[in-house]
Amino acid sequence: MKWTFFHRMSSPKWFYDFSGKCLPWVGVLALGCIATGLTWGLLFTPPDYLQGNSYRIIFLHVPSASLAMTVYVGLAITAGIGYIWKIKLADMAVSCLAPIGASFCALALITGSIWGKPTWGTWWVWDARLTSMLILLFLYLGLVALREAFDSKETASRACAILAMVGLVNIPIIKFSVDWWNTLHQGATIKMTERPSMALEMLVPLLVSIAGFYLFCLFVFLLRLRAEIISREQRTSWVRSLLGAKS
Amino acid sequence: MKAVRKQRLMLLLFIACGVAIASGLALTALQENINLYFSPAQMQAGEAPAGSRIRGGGLVVPGSVKRADDSLKVSFQITDGGGIVTVHFDGILPDLFREGQGIVATGKLDEKGEFHADEVLAKHDENYMPPEVQDAIDKVHKPGKTYESAPDAEK
Repeated sequence: MKWTFFHRMSSPKWFYDFSGKCLPWVGVLALGCIATGLTWGLLFTPPDYLQGNSYRIIFLHVPSASLAMTVYVGLAITAGIGYIWKIKLADMAVSCLAPIGASFCALALITGSIWGKPTWGTWWVWDARLTSMLILLFLYLGLVALREAFDSKETASRACAILAMVGLVNIPIIKFSVDWWNTLHQGATIKMTERPSMALEMLVPLLVSIAGFYLFCLFVFLLRLRAEIISREQRTSWVRSLLGAKS
Repeated sequence: MKAVRKQRLMLLLFIACGVAIASGLALTALQENINLYFSPAQMQAGEAPAGSRIRGGGLVVPGSVKRADDSLKVSFQITDGGGIVTVHFDGILPDLFREGQGIVATGKLDEKGEFHADEVLAKHDENYMPPEVQDAIDKVHKPGKTYESAPDAEK
């Protein structure tokens, strides 16, 4: 196995240059997918046989809920790698991912709540899915707060890595809460093994929208990470020459 | 792998496993508290405490909905396949309430085993489809059937 690739990738300078090349493409693709998915989903798909038009919020809700969980898994793995091998870039990535994940988690909770009122008849119910999702939001906020609570970057990164690993246990709980317990929240529509229980003309715009949200998340992540790299590496010669060249 | 890295890896694995086992045990112990509602079978088996505020949930039995002529009072039966419980409710039902629909009601069980609800929530399932598809299915099957019963979905 070529370990040199990983060593190179973990260099902030290499990553800064590489991400700079990817960034515009990711941004354009994200914009394209979100615009297509949302216009198609919100305006051109047929209404649901039971819920009418109110189901359309899934084109926002499902991508953000899915992202909230995916971002956490990515964050925890990155934090674990950063903790074991002491990689600076991994810690920067963790510090950038937490607020992004928190935003998507909050968006999922808010859109779900707005959908819940007309569909279920209540804004909020303490069922296993909703509660575990709320815990995820608090985990994200906890990660942001914990990092700010330490003066030393080193201590903060270690504490955050351990909290991230501890919180990982919540992800399968969120995912399988609807199968393990009686919940008000319905089961998964898009399943890994079975065909999705959704008509194709609704599913396709949903998948496009999900792809768009993932790309948008990647875009925001790269943008934040590049800023973080510049801020933390400002004393190195390459950043100085970069900033010197621009100013 | 260097010894110090291996040590850190072991620590992380230890934390992850420990937390997973601890939360697994806690959730198993709290199983009944985490369930949002009691199923009709559980209520009939006497697992639900009578007289205290609980939630009960199940599918509305088709043909069981009886509405009072002069008030909002309504009674219907819910089932989970294992038991049937009669629910009495006085109030506005959610828009999605219909026969065959899953609902979750909050209220109390009386000594006869009937459920007096003060709140009824509709439980939506994971099926989404346009109205024309539902109409087409209804023409083939009885009304109230869901997407699972579409001919091409049968296994």
